[in-house]
Amino acid sequence: MTSGWLTTVLILFPIAAGLLVWLLPLRPFAIGSTALLFALIEVGLWIDSVARFDFSRPGLQLDQRTSWFSDLHVSYHVGFYGFSLWLAGLTVVVLAAAIGYAFWAGRDRPRAYYGLMLILTGAIVGVFVAQDLLLFYVFWEAMLIPLYFLVGVWGGAGRLRATLLFVIYTMAGSLLMLASIIVLGLSQGTFDLVDSGTNGSDWIFLGFVAAFAVKAPLFPLHAWLPEAYRESSPEVAAVLSGVVSKAAAYGFLRIAISKFPEPVADFRTPILVLAACGLVYGSLLAFRAPDVRGVIAYSSLAQMGLIVLGLFAVNDLGLNGAVLQMVNHGLISATLFLLAGGIERRTSTGELALLGGMARGRPALATMLMTAGVIALAVPGSAAFAGEFAILAGVFQTGWGWAVVGAIAIVLAAMYMLRLISAVLHQAPGPAVSEAALDLRPAELGVLVPLVALLLVLSAWPAAITDHSFGGSASHAVTQVFK
Amino acid sequence: MILALDTPHIDWLALSAPLALLGAGGVNLLAAVLVPRRARRIFAALVCALGFAGAIVAAAILFAHSAEGHGVIADAIQRDRLAALTAIVVAGSGILAIGTSYSEPMADDHVAEYYALLAWAGSGMIFLASASTLLTLFLGLEWFSISLYILCAIDRDLVGSLEAGLKYLIIGGFGSAMLLFGSALVYGATGTLEFHEIARVVQAQGLSDDALLVAGLALVIGGLSFKASAAPFHMWTPDVYEGAPTPVTAFMAAATKTVALVLTLRVLVTAFPQEARLWTITVAAIACASLAVGNLAALVQKGLKRMLAYSSVSHAGFMLIAVAANNGLGGRALLYYLIPYSAMSIGAFAVVAARERELNRPVTLDNLAGFGWERPLLGISMMVFMLGFAGLPLTGGFVGKFYIFAAAYRHGWTWLVIVGVAATAVSLYYYLGVIRAMYMRPTEELQLAPVGGSPPRELVLQTSVAAALVVTVGSFFIVQPLIDVAKHAAGSLPL
Repeated sequence: MTSGWLTTVLILFPIAAGLLVWLLPLRPFAIGSTALLFALIEVGLWIDSVARFDFSRPGLQLDQRTSWFSDLHVSYHVGFYGFSLWLAGLTVVVLAAAIGYAFWAGRDRPRAYYGLMLILTGAIVGVFVAQDLLLFYVFWEAMLIPLYFLVGVWGGAGRLRATLLFVIYTMAGSLLMLASIIVLGLSQGTFDLVDSGTNGSDWIFLGFVAAFAVKAPLFPLHAWLPEAYRESSPEVAAVLSGVVSKAAAYGFLRIAISKFPEPVADFRTPILVLAACGLVYGSLLAFRAPDVRGVIAYSSLAQMGLIVLGLFAVNDLGLNGAVLQMVNHGLISATLFLLAGGIERRTSTGELALLGGMARGRPALATMLMTAGVIALAVPGSAAFAGEFAILAGVFQTGWGWAVVGAIAIVLAAMYMLRLISAVLHQAPGPAVSEAALDLRPAELGVLVPLVALLLVLSAWPAAITDHSFGGSASHAVTQVFK
Repeated sequence: MILALDTPHIDWLALSAPLALLGAGGVNLLAAVLVPRRARRIFAALVCALGFAGAIVAAAILFAHSAEGHGVIADAIQRDRLAALTAIVVAGSGILAIGTSYSEPMADDHVAEYYALLAWAGSGMIFLASASTLLTLFLGLEWFSISLYILCAIDRDLVGSLEAGLKYLIIGGFGSAMLLFGSALVYGATGTLEFHEIARVVQAQGLSDDALLVAGLALVIGGLSFKASAAPFHMWTPDVYEGAPTPVTAFMAAATKTVALVLTLRVLVTAFPQEARLWTITVAAIACASLAVGNLAALVQKGLKRMLAYSSVSHAGFMLIAVAANNGLGGRALLYYLIPYSAMSIGAFAVVAARERELNRPVTLDNLAGFGWERPLLGISMMVFMLGFAGLPLTGGFVGKFYIFAAAYRHGWTWLVIVGVAATAVSLYYYLGVIRAMYMRPTEELQLAPVGGSPPRELVLQTSVAAALVVTVGSFFIVQPLIDVAKHAAGSLPL
């Protein structure tokens, strides 16, 4: 087995596992455990690919290529760069946690549910490894279909409206990207991302940006975000904000920035302005949000703004910081959404006004929420601090004003996170918090502790990602290797 | 020339596919009298299926042995791979339509005639696909149209069936008249009916701006657009699709559209290459009109058959983009897309037929609630067909749309790509609306099957739906062989 197959297996294994789970006539308990087992095997496969990866080289590794249709030079071409390996790792870990959480919480129609979750894993990994524009688009859309069902079937009361908004927004963006892909691919003569060169067209660039800006989301295209994050089940919200938004950030990095150097130079200021607006606006909304999920959802909008700020600095610090922050935020928001799910389960509400005093007698919940929250607000020494610091230092080189906005937003982050922590854990017990509400159960801890542990590892050793993402200089990789 | 017309050499292989179906239809007519009533249904369906299967085999042989396209039988019809591939698609649609028809509640006393007419309609379409003069074009068109007029009205017990047949007859007759009048004008201008000859005469005599010829061309395009149900010639489509028995609708949606679009491409590029700058823009305008009308009207439909009818109007628009592109990529795009499109159309209408039989009333978005969970195979299939119509990946619909947009871009019409993309975005609303109705409605709204517990087991229909599903998904994965076939077929045309 050549190492290229490993990448293909990383995509196909969860999809095949999803179909298997869906078709096998098992009891609900057996389905959940089988799905979790498959998700953990996927994590194992990913660890194997990390072991085979040479982080000192900047080029594509573990790659595999087969022609799909030759007359337009479209091929099945997959492979890893350092940073895409980390994002794929984030995907498999968060999805495994989400499946574990769903297994514990119990979902109706489990065969379809776990099947879709596993298929979603494969599709997202596909987005991160596709090295052909059309294949990228295929995975990009394939990611939407399971999400559509996961939100629309298993979501809350407002799920139909939420899915409609989500799909209309993302598809409008995606279809503009499809038009751009066709124009770019046909004008270059190939759809391969590695073979094709750079392009100077502003319109093609904007088509890609539209898709990524909606999915991230970038201010002001975030109207779908609060509804989708509130109406979906907690583990799906964790996947949406933790992983799916990173696909958009990945798209900015892999395609928009590296393929379009001149348009990036033309549009850098407007994009940085939107990112900065999103950062501040998201932080303010998070501070004003009335419920737990609202805080996390809007903080997600703010964090994506910060990541885009780092990416469009297009220098070593900004890019490395952005990749680190993608992984950090993925783990943080997944943890927080799963915790929000746990809180909602115990109190049947997420309204901050009805919560409070949950720390008393619930040490595990308090510890988890405190740890995740403190990392999220970028306390010095945390992984998020390292990421945000690098982003701000990077964007400072573009213009000091950006860094000021970023620094203000970090203060705001401290405000909304502390507000969340205090409204849930401290103060007098809220009306919805009954004495009978239990502390986190071992199963929930089994899902959450690995996520928080990974965050602590990254806090201790952020260089694990910043030094192992681009095989050398990040800006060199983006402008020379990926082009 | 006159002498040759007296005793033209008959190329039986080129005619074998329509002949197989004519024969099957004839046998079925005898069966209507000779076969006992209780065996008649299965006998007639089997004979008809054998006819279509024979047509597929004959067309496959024809495909293999017609690398060089040439006119046969005094140049009345063209023996080439384009005709052969179209025949295969039409006959495949025919077999799936039989599977859909089989358990249709229909009086036993005209079931044999039903299958006879189905075979003859298929035969006419296959003949039409190889037409190479305006005369054979008209002959083939009327041949299958008359069969379809009767098929639409055949179920006298079905409310609206007779109305659908009459409407189709009158409006279809109008379309045929347009085509005929256009042919007459073209003949008046050039003095010939044969496609290649028309192009040669126009070239030789510098007729490309001749008013008579251009008017004739416009009428021919209009007449063919009626059959392809492209706007503004689509007004019969929703009523006829809604009123006709659902299996007939399925067959019409797939096969009629296939053959009308292929013929549009063939006539325009072989007979009128000098007028390309006129007809490319005309066809593009018709395409845009169809996309606009089809998509916007489909948005507000509650009845599923009507919605699918408007969706078929919008798909005529998509495929006419490929015709308008007037390049090799466009030909390939059209011929590739027709394969998954036919499968999705028949499959979607077959699912509608199944639900109709279960509920005994027209299928609307409301009474699909919970259908996806109750009937897993049909639900998943319908979901895939809808995603395929919407051009989402893992279906051939995605690759087809991609090729069509690529063809428009290669022609230099980026604006047409944008129009197509915008239309796709709009169409998502109603295609996903079906999925929403099937899977996401609250359980209170579930309309379980009427008394009697489990639904009727319709093995034949389910097999057809599964086959359509396999084609829809399979055409996404094995693009290369299908594109090669489409390339060979499009290679028969001077693109």
